[in-house]
Amino acid sequence: MRSLKLLPVLILLGTSTALAQSPTFGLGRTPTTEEVLAWDISISPTGLELPPGQGTAAQGARVYRLRCARCHGSDGTEGRAPRLVKRERPADTHPWNLGRILPIRAPYATAVWDYINRGMPLNREGTLSADEVYRLTALLLHWNDLIAEDEVMDAKSLPLVIMPNRDAWAALPDWTPGMPRLLGYPH
Amino acid sequence: MASKQPDRRAFLKRGAALAGGLTLGGVESAVTPEPASGQSVEDQSVEPDDYSTPELIAYGKRSRHVTSVREPVNGRPSPDEFGLVFHIGTPLQDQVGAITPSSLHYFGTTRGSIVPEIDPAEHRLMIHGMVDRELIFTMDELKRLPSVTRLHFIECAGNRSSSRHRTIIESHGMTSCAEWTGVLLSTLLEEAGVQEGGTWIVAEGIEEVKGASSLPMAKAMDDIIVAYAMNGEPLRPQQGFPLRIVVPGFEGILHVKWLRRIKVVDQFYMTYNDYGHLRQDSDDAALSFQVGPKSVITVPSGGQQLPGRGFYEVRGLAWSGGGAVARVEVSTDGGESWFAADLRGTPQRFAHTAFSFDWTWDGSETVLLSRCIDEIGQVQPTREQVAEFWGRPGVRGLDNSIQPWRIEGDGSVHNAIA
Repeated sequence: MRSLKLLPVLILLGTSTALAQSPTFGLGRTPTTEEVLAWDISISPTGLELPPGQGTAAQGARVYRLRCARCHGSDGTEGRAPRLVKRERPADTHPWNLGRILPIRAPYATAVWDYINRGMPLNREGTLSADEVYRLTALLLHWNDLIAEDEVMDAKSLPLVIMPNRDAWAALPDWTPGMPRLLGYPH
Repeated sequence: MASKQPDRRAFLKRGAALAGGLTLGGVESAVTPEPASGQSVEDQSVEPDDYSTPELIAYGKRSRHVTSVREPVNGRPSPDEFGLVFHIGTPLQDQVGAITPSSLHYFGTTRGSIVPEIDPAEHRLMIHGMVDRELIFTMDELKRLPSVTRLHFIECAGNRSSSRHRTIIESHGMTSCAEWTGVLLSTLLEEAGVQEGGTWIVAEGIEEVKGASSLPMAKAMDDIIVAYAMNGEPLRPQQGFPLRIVVPGFEGILHVKWLRRIKVVDQFYMTYNDYGHLRQDSDDAALSFQVGPKSVITVPSGGQQLPGRGFYEVRGLAWSGGGAVARVEVSTDGGESWFAADLRGTPQRFAHTAFSFDWTWDGSETVLLSRCIDEIGQVQPTREQVAEFWGRPGVRGLDNSIQPWRIEGDGSVHNAIA
């Protein structure tokens, strides 16, 4: 997995020695592969950059107890921090109207992974391993009835989870310079 | 007061620091202001010492008689018990001219965060992803590149007026305007060589949550500034020191601070800052992207008190994400009649423009309004017009509706939103 991901970077490095600095101004340098990998924590909705690792909801329960329960409560429904589990609502409720609860609102499961990976635990950001992030993501998806308790989440399976709001979000306008805020809007 | 009396040692130290043949008396006469009315003799004797210490000669500060300060928005304390900082509003009621002083510029954080301490000598900016040449720059290298200096406002999407707000800092305080200096992002992207299919960028900061936003390539290639300075000096830490992006006319959350990484990608990445900003309706999404034409009267504004009937210069600020302000109109009779306001200087694109309007108050109750018309013809709406257009109450997207201030017979000024 990782070696495949590295391939384009390595090819680029192999062919770019003459382009070590910017072409017009001759400034900057080519970052090393390690530098790019260390900093690039972006995760595409397609899961392109997801790192190796894996986890199930069952495994996530232990990580959650140690790293999350203090703020989010023992089952993600209480505590000072935002709720993590959808509320009971009539079956015909549109999933968007279940509120801004990350593992339900997020149109892509990768967004759940990204959010936990960047932002959690509060004031201890960056201390979760990739395996732990997969496990916690699996737990939250399971708590919201989106995957089974023993379903393995990894770089392949996570992007394939169909989130209920996958098609419910609005794309931003196809912006061009000088365009009004909203075409046809009189204000 | 006795503790502030200048002592002999301080005088000697100050004299030594200044040197250069200036006599002490010359220094005193140069910095002692004309006696202001109402100022006590005792104050005058203290002031030269207050403002002439070696520290303040090296880096100045304002008079202690000037007390205008920022305030946390929505009453949430900043910093909180964990040291996290939330949204802080600018005291627009005290602002003169278009530029917000750096110390009073509003600031917000994605989720509440601790302003990071960054050594500029260690800081790097990486340009990578779908580019021909991945590049990493030091701050010194960025400062060698061709630069631009432009006036731009930044406004938070949460800058919404409501009937609950009493003062302008509550209703409008999360917009500010500074003169930004830096490298155009297009310069950096051209150096890196954007590959075909590179239609979006992700900009990311170095703070604890690595706050990141997705932006369309068309904007990146148009006018986004990778800024290292504001108002003539390096960025303030609260504004992203040593590096941030300024995205002219777009909502505040997109102006990523503490910038360390630009990744060229093939789609909207729905990253950290994007996720919470999603809308279900495409009109809402559009109205939550580029800021609409907007203005507000800063004097007189909510919570102020007119001392009596007579002449007043009504003052305010106007701005638009559609470009430069074309004109501003003011009504002093609740919207019955409108008159062109005077604009201060040449309006800059995506910048606050100060305006004024001469007004003689006859002492009767009335409502003051202002509206902005921008260079592409967008007109700032009333709240009623917005509700009528959508067929439901409320203002969708970033609230750019006209702010009414009611002047009561006793000269008190109030928010007139019902």
